[in-house]
Amino acid sequence: MTRAEDIPLRVVAVETLNDTLLRFTLARADGGELPTGAAGAHIMLAVQDGHRTHRNAYSLTGHPDDRRCYRIIVRRVAESRGGSAYLHAHVRVGDVLHAGWPVNLFPLASLARRHLLVARGIGLTPMLSFAAVLSARGAPFELHQMCRAADEAAFHALLAPYVDAGIAQVHVDPAPAFDLPALLARQPLGTHLYMCGPRRMMDDVTACARALGWPRHSPHQESFGDHSGGAPFVVRTARTGLTLPVAADQTILEALEDAGLSPACLCRGGVCGECRTTVLEGVPDHRDDVLDASERIGNRDMMICVSRARTPELLIDL
Amino acid sequence: MTIAGGADDTFRGKFSFRNSDAAIIRFPFPFHEDRYMYAVNLEPHTHAGPTDAFVRDFDVDEHYVAECRERALVLEQDPSRCRVLAHMMDAEWDTLELLMESLARDYPALFALDKDGARWRWRNRPLGIDATFTFGDPSTLPQPPFEYITRQVQGDFTLQDQRDDNIYIDGGMVTTQADWSLDFDLGMAFHEWHGPVPVAHDLGVFDRALKYLLRLQYGRPVRRLNWTMTVNPRLDTSPENYPIWGPDRATVTAGNVGERLHLRVELQTLFRLPRSNGILFGIRCYLISLNEILRVPKWRRRLHRVLRDLHPELVTYKGLSRYLPTAVAFLAAHDDGALTGPGIQPDQAAPDPL
Ligand code: FES
Repeated sequence: MTRAEDIPLRVVAVETLNDTLLRFTLARADGGELPTGAAGAHIMLAVQDGHRTHRNAYSLTGHPDDRRCYRIIVRRVAESRGGSAYLHAHVRVGDVLHAGWPVNLFPLASLARRHLLVARGIGLTPMLSFAAVLSARGAPFELHQMCRAADEAAFHALLAPYVDAGIAQVHVDPAPAFDLPALLARQPLGTHLYMCGPRRMMDDVTACARALGWPRHSPHQESFGDHSGGAPFVVRTARTGLTLPVAADQTILEALEDAGLSPACLCRGGVCGECRTTVLEGVPDHRDDVLDASERIGNRDMMICVSRARTPELLIDL
Repeated sequence: MTIAGGADDTFRGKFSFRNSDAAIIRFPFPFHEDRYMYAVNLEPHTHAGPTDAFVRDFDVDEHYVAECRERALVLEQDPSRCRVLAHMMDAEWDTLELLMESLARDYPALFALDKDGARWRWRNRPLGIDATFTFGDPSTLPQPPFEYITRQVQGDFTLQDQRDDNIYIDGGMVTTQADWSLDFDLGMAFHEWHGPVPVAHDLGVFDRALKYLLRLQYGRPVRRLNWTMTVNPRLDTSPENYPIWGPDRATVTAGNVGERLHLRVELQTLFRLPRSNGILFGIRCYLISLNEILRVPKWRRRLHRVLRDLHPELVTYKGLSRYLPTAVAFLAAHDDGALTGPGIQPDQAAPDPL
């Protein structure tokens, strides 16, 4: 099981945690074990809504050694019409969804002697997998969850074993008793800080940690990376005369391959330079590590395995 | 590929190592054109490739039993060839899981893995192992998990930890290295380990390779080939043992070069590990004598041209200076000047008859 094909996932349980939170349990639709879903890892879940495919990142909340299922918690936001809303409204036990392999951009720090987890709202989800792993390991940690009153009961239930053990606390807004600077100030050397939640909260925690002289690489924060691709655009090929749409979650290289071309490529990750292609019209959005600053501005060449377009169309020399 | 046939190979003393016809034609020949220069030659390690040696996660071939025995010998004399730092325990289990699952899937006739929750039963038929242990509990294995499983695989491995936007080599099983200070390049903690490699730094190869590796994804392993030459089919050409293998280099003559001199290719693979977020770096070494290479016309022509035109700095760096002229003269006599096709595959189904 070491290939990155999309995995078909069958919904085996849907639990209502409160008005806005559902927990989905997903197992391999074709049987067998899932790839190991590490603490801090997420999956990109593809949800087919008519002609549209939503791709959303959801943190895995279980223990990595449980390879039978993934558990994700999905919040419905009033104004949203994306994948989460669709999951809430339409997805039922027995349905099959697809996801890529887990990606981990929020790993536990291997050298940490102690772990301090701070989350707000749905930012709790990766912390659940951290807590599962750390407690199984017997590693010292402490979890602080901030939330609105509406979520208190649900979060309490999710964290019950840790709250009972005195390792986790749920702080309900407004929470005058939660003194973040004091919490950070009393951590022993070797503690790593992890945070997940809205931008504003993470900025506050970061500022507080900086002010207290925490090292540059801590706090660690959740990231779903740059899978998003970007806006769709059109690529035209000068020599082969094709006009191809490049979807938001597709690369130029993939679009060309889907159309039956096989452009030169090797790493497919913007480092080898093999797919370098001349741009005849339009402005590329460079995302590679091959071109230097002057080459980027020069706008002559691009790496079609990662780079996209700043203009609605690109004409390339292929 | 069968693993029968090579079990009596030795990689020291009298050197009984040789390649069968099947092993020759599946050799991972490293040159895709008639010249060679450093490049970021990383590509996805998919279940496909130019020869059979590329198509499984971890290649097992006719030298399997002999190489495992050679590893055990090296470790007996020098246990420090396997070392893992304490904070890499998750990465050790990740490695064991990856190797056991891959081997059992790719070679069901040789290996089997059965799980009952955390109770795992591992059977390795060629080595006669049938073990039951608890995944996650090191006390249920005779050695720590990384050492336990890498004793049962061909090729060296190192374990990299990723932190603070860099990669650190924090463990390894290294018994078959080409003199490391030379050739051990990609996947290592970066710029320090690559200090001695000439030319490549100027090309920015390592900056780009590091960025790529930091982004390496679970389930999307990558690979590259590296190469050098070794006199005699000796796997353990470690710096520590230089007094043993160094003098070999002076023994190459026009009369014995075909038999003594070997092209040494490393099929390097990089796997992101899930629990630890570390990287497993596999360095699988293949040896082929010049005489064996002669049996594939495309390869013998190409090897001649590559060696003849090799950048002088690379000749020195790879330690080829002493015998390179002898090797080039030997191969020149077998190069008819015909064009060679693109790619590294042999372009024939079996080697030419002896
Ligand atoms: S394929 Fe390597 S840079 Fe595009």
